[in-house]
Amino acid sequence: MFGAGGGTSSYKEIEQTDMIVLWGSNARETHPIFFHHLLRGVHNGARLVTVDPRRTSSAKWADLWLGLDVGSDVALSNTIAREIIHEGLHNKSFIEHATTGFDEYAASVESFTLDEGERLTGVPAEAIRDTAHAFARADRAIICWTLGITEHHNAVDNVFALINLGLLCGHVGRWGSGLNPLRGQNNVQGGGDMGAIPNKLPGFQDVERDTEALARFESAYGVPVDPHYGWHLSQMFEAMDRDELTHLYVIGENPAQSEADISHARKLLTSLDMLIVQDIVFTKTAEMADIVLPGTASWCEGEGTVTNSERRVQRVRKALEPPGEARDDMAILTDLARRLGYDWPDPEAEQVWDELRSLSPMHGGMSYERLVKRGGIQWPCPDETHPGSPFLHERLWAEPLEGPRAPFNAVEHSPPVDELDSDFPIRLTTGRRLESYNTGAQTNLYRSPLHRGESLDLSPEDMQRLALVEGEVVRVSSRRGSVESPVRTDPTLRPGLAFMTFHFPDQVDTNLLTIDEWDPKSGTAEFKAAAIRVDKLDGRAVSKAPAFAEESD
Amino acid sequence: MDLRLGNVAATPAERQAVESVLGPAVSRWEGGVRADETEGHVAHGGHEARARRHLLLPILQALQQRVGWISEAAMDHVSERLTVPPADVYGVATFYGLLSVEPRAPRVLHVCDDIACRCAGAEELIEGVEKLLGPENGDDSQEVTWLRSPCLGQCDRAPAALVTVAGAKPHEEVLAPVPGADHAVARITHGPEVEGSEDWVDPAATVPEAGAPQLRLLGRVGHVSPTSLDDYRGQGGYAALRRAIELGPEGVIRELKDSGLVGRGGAAFPTGVKWEAVAHQAVRPHYLVCNADESEPGTFKDRVIMEGDPFALIEAMTIAGFTTGCERGFIYLRGEYPQAKATLEEAIKEARARGMLGRDVLGHGFEFSISIRRGAGAYICGEETALFNSLEGFRGEPRSKPPFPVAVGLFGKPTVVNNVETLVNVPEIVLFGGAAFASAGSGVSTGTRLFCLSGCVEKPGVYEVPYGTKLHTVIEMAGGVAGGRELQAVLLGGAAGGFVGPDELDLELTIEAAREAGATLGSGVVMLIDDRVDLPRMLMRIAGFFRDESCGQCVPCRVGTVRQEEALARLISGDTRGTVEDELSLLDEVGACMKDASICGLGQTAYGAVSSAIKLGAFSR
Repeated sequence: MFGAGGGTSSYKEIEQTDMIVLWGSNARETHPIFFHHLLRGVHNGARLVTVDPRRTSSAKWADLWLGLDVGSDVALSNTIAREIIHEGLHNKSFIEHATTGFDEYAASVESFTLDEGERLTGVPAEAIRDTAHAFARADRAIICWTLGITEHHNAVDNVFALINLGLLCGHVGRWGSGLNPLRGQNNVQGGGDMGAIPNKLPGFQDVERDTEALARFESAYGVPVDPHYGWHLSQMFEAMDRDELTHLYVIGENPAQSEADISHARKLLTSLDMLIVQDIVFTKTAEMADIVLPGTASWCEGEGTVTNSERRVQRVRKALEPPGEARDDMAILTDLARRLGYDWPDPEAEQVWDELRSLSPMHGGMSYERLVKRGGIQWPCPDETHPGSPFLHERLWAEPLEGPRAPFNAVEHSPPVDELDSDFPIRLTTGRRLESYNTGAQTNLYRSPLHRGESLDLSPEDMQRLALVEGEVVRVSSRRGSVESPVRTDPTLRPGLAFMTFHFPDQVDTNLLTIDEWDPKSGTAEFKAAAIRVDKLDGRAVSKAPAFAEESD
Repeated sequence: MDLRLGNVAATPAERQAVESVLGPAVSRWEGGVRADETEGHVAHGGHEARARRHLLLPILQALQQRVGWISEAAMDHVSERLTVPPADVYGVATFYGLLSVEPRAPRVLHVCDDIACRCAGAEELIEGVEKLLGPENGDDSQEVTWLRSPCLGQCDRAPAALVTVAGAKPHEEVLAPVPGADHAVARITHGPEVEGSEDWVDPAATVPEAGAPQLRLLGRVGHVSPTSLDDYRGQGGYAALRRAIELGPEGVIRELKDSGLVGRGGAAFPTGVKWEAVAHQAVRPHYLVCNADESEPGTFKDRVIMEGDPFALIEAMTIAGFTTGCERGFIYLRGEYPQAKATLEEAIKEARARGMLGRDVLGHGFEFSISIRRGAGAYICGEETALFNSLEGFRGEPRSKPPFPVAVGLFGKPTVVNNVETLVNVPEIVLFGGAAFASAGSGVSTGTRLFCLSGCVEKPGVYEVPYGTKLHTVIEMAGGVAGGRELQAVLLGGAAGGFVGPDELDLELTIEAAREAGATLGSGVVMLIDDRVDLPRMLMRIAGFFRDESCGQCVPCRVGTVRQEEALARLISGDTRGTVEDELSLLDEVGACMKDASICGLGQTAYGAVSSAIKLGAFSR
């Protein structure tokens, strides 16, 4: 947020806030630990509004569910903003004190009347109005979002649209008011914090703009650091397409199954001169690799730290010896450096961490000793007297204002790229389920009574219109490819809306259908919106037993 | 909430039963039909939907009465309608003895096999029923089945049975005394299909002294038509409410404190202090709860008041509401009292129609209304905090105290909770003053007390005597041991009380004297055990009762009640571990643990009757 890639609030705050907006997130299933905190907030009386095309299991807890059409998030946000501004409910003194660009923003949302909002999003005007008023009037309010916001061709605009709402009502930089992207695994936050993103050094220091930081890294490492942004994943695949990227080293990812428009991505991966995969499981990508390096499970087979959604850095400790030839990731990288001609000593996790602390100011005060004593510390924590930061951007409320103003970013409604037409009349959106994770590389390794295998979920109305029976195998086609999948009735869907996961790619390769149209600012593909057609398979209307059927009881 | 118990839709009958409590579903998301297109884009729920959670038990009872059992499909539907997770619905449905989550025949004969009915041949009755109907809780494809039941609160007319008939027109009635197995089986098989067949029992039959001039609490029983407000007013009714309004809340509290009235539910807490504590709480709203979950084996006094003089309770509750600032009162009535329910319902309706309840009581500008909630066969719900949980739609498990109900009670708000007998003392105190009330009785035990005489006694029933009366006097009033047989022991205070021997009948019936003698008056049970009764087997029944009724929440009680029953079984069979002395000292140890470490009165008193019987020599003859 405002330069630092992390949520602004603590878990404790979600328990003590007055209103929670869960936008494009089914946290009940995809962020179950966070959802415990959220439910505590609900039980403490917080009003919960969920914004999602599907009435998800999270939405069942909500006071109000807004079932917007897929990809109409900006339109909904702008409509809410216009209503707030027209009713005079925006926080004028905060806007004046701490923001820039309000006038342009107000002008940009002017056309989004409640009626126009209803037309663009499908959500009844009355419900949009109620949400606007409740959000603006709440003393404390927190917006949380996940991939329903970011897996779109206009991901960054969607995020801006939500930040705008926070700024409009002053719901940021105070206890119980904030803006929070939720993180999917225990250490997704930590990956970004440590610089595993193409344009930032550890601690979110910009590669191109922060020359001072760059110099600090160069002097510490004793080598020059390339002062240009690297490629993000989508750019890498484009570079492969241009034969510019010929060698790929993949650590802990499974792009051969997770990429949108997967058949294209696979073709590119096979065309590489060299593919190295380092992972704890033998993924589809690993099957294609020239070299496979078995790594360790970081939560139990190695020392180090993880960082969660509330920016809390916590120690993890080694409990088990890694099996077989698996080696600590740090040892693999060190050996690799030695082969490349650098005489690195065998590293201790704490030494590496202390080096990081000397280079990343926001981690400066987080010695292992303090991390243990305090049960983790939330960044930023610049020095060893600093208690850590439960929430960010308090400075926006300081008199006089500290640091730069927070900008409004006017954003335009831009519907999904993959348009619906008579050939592809159904909107497919994808997501995850409680018991599974992404391509199933980890979660399909264990038995679960909840594994039901892949299915195309359709509304009862569409099932009837297409004359389908439960479990019937159909052909699902998009403009990019087609798959065969069993169908299942899901009463939480409305006509014209379908849902699939990508947890069982060996059974149904959902990403053959999705579109790799990606956001130039974030590099994320539009997994959430594909146009599909469902065809009956004549003479083969036999229900194929879904994977794991024997465990489904 | 996303998980479901099954994948089957509720039947029309099940949906109807739920609708009878909640009304029709307002949207598809609440289990209604998928018609409205806009519902695909918006749904309301959350706090508003969950605020109806307190209706969960009434809904489950409606299902039980309509269908005869509660299916997984029905529970899923309830879960959807209340947005309560199915696991919670299941947890509540499986908590109560009168609810079944397994298919069950629609016509059920619940035969009491508890201690008082045992003295009147309950086991022989059960043998006869079993011969005619087959094994207990048998084949659910049949129309009729039977179940053993703990005390039904009809001990004066033992042996007793409760008839429940599920269906579109559910029916409940009490058979007491049951003349024989043939009669009971004929009744359950061909009994009336019509709801509320009005052949209620005359409540005065339970009051052998009905009409006697010295009766204060029972004075009107048998003298008034229970549901006639005019009769009630003709006999001095509602004069006390007028007087209370004159006195004002502080005045009523002062009289109550002067009266020395203490709770009749067992804990003997000063009522005036309790009311004052709630009246002075700044947090609003305040709630009033009348504990009418009279489930202590051998107790039936509250039933007599509710069936014979319901307006006395309604007036007393209205005074309590006025005094303590409650606008809503609940009567938590035990589920096995169909006559009390019907009588109270009618009386409340009458009082509301005549302006004695409602938005503007007596035209004096204060609001008070009363709702009846029925228990569903759980002894533990007589514990006040378990009762709150039950009312709120949770499993009836006691809460930790503190906080106490006067500060954090029903729905987390300040709550007055009093038992029926305590409340009906209030009108007289208000009317004639606390000092006059305190002139009866002795010491801290002021006023009169209701005692339930049952077991092997000549004239069973409810007797009202001033505190301080000797135990033998009360027994003599009831004609002594039936048939002039020899007295073996007296169970004083119910299953949670204890036995006293025939040489202790000189006991003065006051709270202090009982405590000094190591006994308790409890809920006023005086059950006579003659020389024919097998005392150890009676102890087994009591131990089995506590084991069955333990809510299982805290370990000392959950484990201790089982260990106690096992040790007793070994003692009776003679197959002891070690000597009899070893078993007795094990019982002592388990009992001490339950007494010291259980969180509520159930576990704390579960060893009382057993230990007192051991002292009387139950295992040394």
